[in-house]
Amino acid sequence: MAGEEALEQQIVLDFRAGDAAAFEALFRHYQRDVFRWIRRIVRDHAIAEDLTIETFFRIHRARERFDASREFAPWARRIATRAALDWMRVHRPEHGMPDDFFAAVPSASAADPVISAEVRHRVAAALALLPPKLRIAAILALIEERPQKEIADALGITVAAVKLRVFRAMRKLRHYLEQQGIRP
Amino acid sequence: MNTRDTDRLKTLLQAALPPTRDDLPPRDLWPELRQRIASAPASPAPVSIPWFDWALAGGVALVAVAFPAAVPLFFYYL
Repeated sequence: MAGEEALEQQIVLDFRAGDAAAFEALFRHYQRDVFRWIRRIVRDHAIAEDLTIETFFRIHRARERFDASREFAPWARRIATRAALDWMRVHRPEHGMPDDFFAAVPSASAADPVISAEVRHRVAAALALLPPKLRIAAILALIEERPQKEIADALGITVAAVKLRVFRAMRKLRHYLEQQGIRP
Repeated sequence: MNTRDTDRLKTLLQAALPPTRDDLPPRDLWPELRQRIASAPASPAPVSIPWFDWALAGGVALVAVAFPAAVPLFFYYL
């Protein structure tokens, strides 16, 4: 284990110094984690792939700023979250959501049968209306149920700020849903 | 908003958009990434900030000086 850690530390140091092979090794080791994290946020396979490339491109650009005494994965996740947030700001719901976003809404048989398909679509639409910062917090905390500390690290904010964003997201969601006659 | 409300909203959200599963891995993205890095300019273009952003920042600063009590409200809605 100690040998593995030392090897990874050396790879990170080489990457920071601009070694292309070290960067490829890091990419191959972490691309799946980064992809999964982005996929959770944007909920679209193809867009998550594009944003994974964008994330590692930014990582490559920012390599000299990486603090080698810290872990690589949380740093990569923070850059991935920033890339996803930038994408969400450009692709607002009025410009259309990705194909997979509403395709992910399950059929009646696959989900809670008490909640109708129409309600599920309205809930998904209400979520899409949230400002990107609140939407990310709501998706990660309420849908994906990720730990608040993990969300805070990825967003670069405190746990208290995560709680506040989730609270504000829920309040807005309730408001949007009540406007449509759904009482959550 | 109590715990029951939160749970109800969570149930609705998860029924609408179930948590993602890790079933499909990404394709091999390394060739595209390598190409992207190779085609990027060595140093990024200098960022130019439009005049409107400067005016907006100036306006916000003036409001903050004139009405300090509005600052916490501003950060809340930021």
